[in-house]
Amino acid sequence: MSDAPRNPVEKLLRTERMPHIWCPGCGIGTSVNCFARAIEQADIPYDKLHVVSGIGCSGRVAGYVNVDSFHTTHGRAIAFATGLSLSRPSAKVVVYSGDGDLFAIGGNHFIHAARRNIDMTVICINNFTYGMTGGQVTPTTPLTAKASTSPYGNFEDSFNLPNLAEACGAVYVARWTIYHVRQLTRAMTKALSTKGFSFLEVLAPCPTLYQRRNKLGDGVAMVQFFKDHSTIKNGASTSEVGLGFQSDMIVGEFVDRQRPTFMDNYNARMKEVLGDSFVPFEGIK
Amino acid sequence: MKADPKAVDTGIHFIDGNEACAEGAIAAGCRFVSGYPITPSTEIVEHLAKRFPKIGGLFIQMEDEIASSIAFQGAIWGGQKSMSVSSGPGISLQMEHVGLAAMTETPCVFVNVQRGGPSTGLPTLPAQQDVMQARWGSHGDYEVIALAPNSPQECFNRIITAFDYSEKYRAPVFFLMDECVGHMLGKVKIPPADQIELVERKMTTRKPGEYLPYRIYDGDVPEMTRAGLGHNVHITGLTHDERGYPAMNAETQDVLVRRLCNKILHHVDEISIYDASQVEGSDVTVISYGMTARVAAYAVETARGQGIKVGNVRLVTLWPFNDKLIRDIVDNSKAIIVAEMNLGQMVHEVERAARDKVPVHLLGNAGGAIIPPEAFIAKIKEVVS
Ligand code: SF4
Repeated sequence: MSDAPRNPVEKLLRTERMPHIWCPGCGIGTSVNCFARAIEQADIPYDKLHVVSGIGCSGRVAGYVNVDSFHTTHGRAIAFATGLSLSRPSAKVVVYSGDGDLFAIGGNHFIHAARRNIDMTVICINNFTYGMTGGQVTPTTPLTAKASTSPYGNFEDSFNLPNLAEACGAVYVARWTIYHVRQLTRAMTKALSTKGFSFLEVLAPCPTLYQRRNKLGDGVAMVQFFKDHSTIKNGASTSEVGLGFQSDMIVGEFVDRQRPTFMDNYNARMKEVLGDSFVPFEGIK
Repeated sequence: MKADPKAVDTGIHFIDGNEACAEGAIAAGCRFVSGYPITPSTEIVEHLAKRFPKIGGLFIQMEDEIASSIAFQGAIWGGQKSMSVSSGPGISLQMEHVGLAAMTETPCVFVNVQRGGPSTGLPTLPAQQDVMQARWGSHGDYEVIALAPNSPQECFNRIITAFDYSEKYRAPVFFLMDECVGHMLGKVKIPPADQIELVERKMTTRKPGEYLPYRIYDGDVPEMTRAGLGHNVHITGLTHDERGYPAMNAETQDVLVRRLCNKILHHVDEISIYDASQVEGSDVTVISYGMTARVAAYAVETARGQGIKVGNVRLVTLWPFNDKLIRDIVDNSKAIIVAEMNLGQMVHEVERAARDKVPVHLLGNAGGAIIPPEAFIAKIKEVVS
């Protein structure tokens, strides 16, 4: 057998850790495949890419990518990544986690990292549920959808994540589904090449918990649903992209703008006020 | 390794413990701090927010104490020396990340300027009620190091020791100040940078492919790496093997958690710092730490002036607990008084180590005020009579 990698994405994976923990039909693995291709396309050397995850099924991504990777605490991946990104200005820091981790327990860190425009890419696998703990309701579970902690159907309004990200200051915001692998890869490439806080929402199937409880078929059925019910609308106003239970969905690239990053603002301010007595924080190259 | 002459503020200063702590951290090479305002620790981060832009450091005020207790760990894995600073309720919120630092062997310092609790308690008044929290506050079995300074000068000197220990043992180190020590003004002598010796991080020199982040190559602490050196490490708070990969079984847990504890417990003698005087042949020995030790010193002196044989022991290192020191006291003194601004925390450790061989008394309060010298003297007299 040749030593050559059998699959173009294998280089990025810790193959010695396979098989991974994800269920058949789960969307997380597909997103990692897109991610690996995006890294190739964005031409980021592996030692300049750091992946940080929180806790949950999507939080396991950090453990499978063969770069310096950090599996932190529940909800706090962005806070960890803030310190890492500031101290490694020449590297790209990616936070890869799920909807519950990033937007329930971790919501505060998301809004502030976006506000500060910390240089990082946040990839949220949104499968509308907590997978790892057995399918509980999350801040993105659509109204009326069932979860183990909303057995009679969810009665809480859910977050519109692209809208939230835009309002908080993200410079790049896109949403794709696991069906849209090419577009998703392109969006990841773009996010990775964007300076500042970029955000990608990836709508993904969780056949084992979310779909089983809501009688939505298997992974393929959900991908088919994504295909049939999504409309690509680049530049759509994020206020119009909210999701209902099995509703039609708008996907695309919604926000692409420029803002000075946290460090840009820090350096400009200190230079202005302190002049020559300012010594910039260089981090570790 | 010496301190950086461009950053150290050499000279004689008249500053409080909080500012001295900040200057000590700078001397120790700390260039990244994440914090969140909370009384009575706030002056530390305020001082750093002023000083850092002039010496190439970065202070970031995070959105909450939870964020500040992990943002700095991200910076450390990016290669920085760093600490987080908090008090009272903030420290309670940070406990999960003390556990993360213990599990991932992140060399870091948690500064806690103690105030009265529980809950919001007494934000502006002193206490020493977080001693057991520092030791046991995060879930699971693990060990920390904790140091308690008792003067502005010691805040400067011992925060450097705290950084040194964190690097040497790759463990979270608590710097347990209290409101009195934090706000106490005093003379602080900051030596020239070339007289400040620092413990360097034990970075691996092994090439990618020849390095495992949690393998013990020698000693009992693994070699460290950082993000971006090509080692492509995986760092997780899950139970992990020497590759850093999650391993969900009792065997890996046993090997890892025992090592995390033993790398500290096997070095109690090296970590333990204390002052002891006239313990031998004494009728009673006072054991105290932090602010309380200042009052103890005065009270013991007064009692000795009245002809009472009193030993005095001040602990600087609170954790790991030095059982041997207590056994020595037990062999040389007829009784022990543990004085602390709480309703009895360290006294339990002393009692355990003393094994009922001599009576152990508590002189404590519920926090909010220092224990006055009169109370010490009365307690000493009561115990010896
Ligand atoms: S439980 Fe759901 S999210 Fe988790 S691995 Fe299985 S399918 Fe994926």
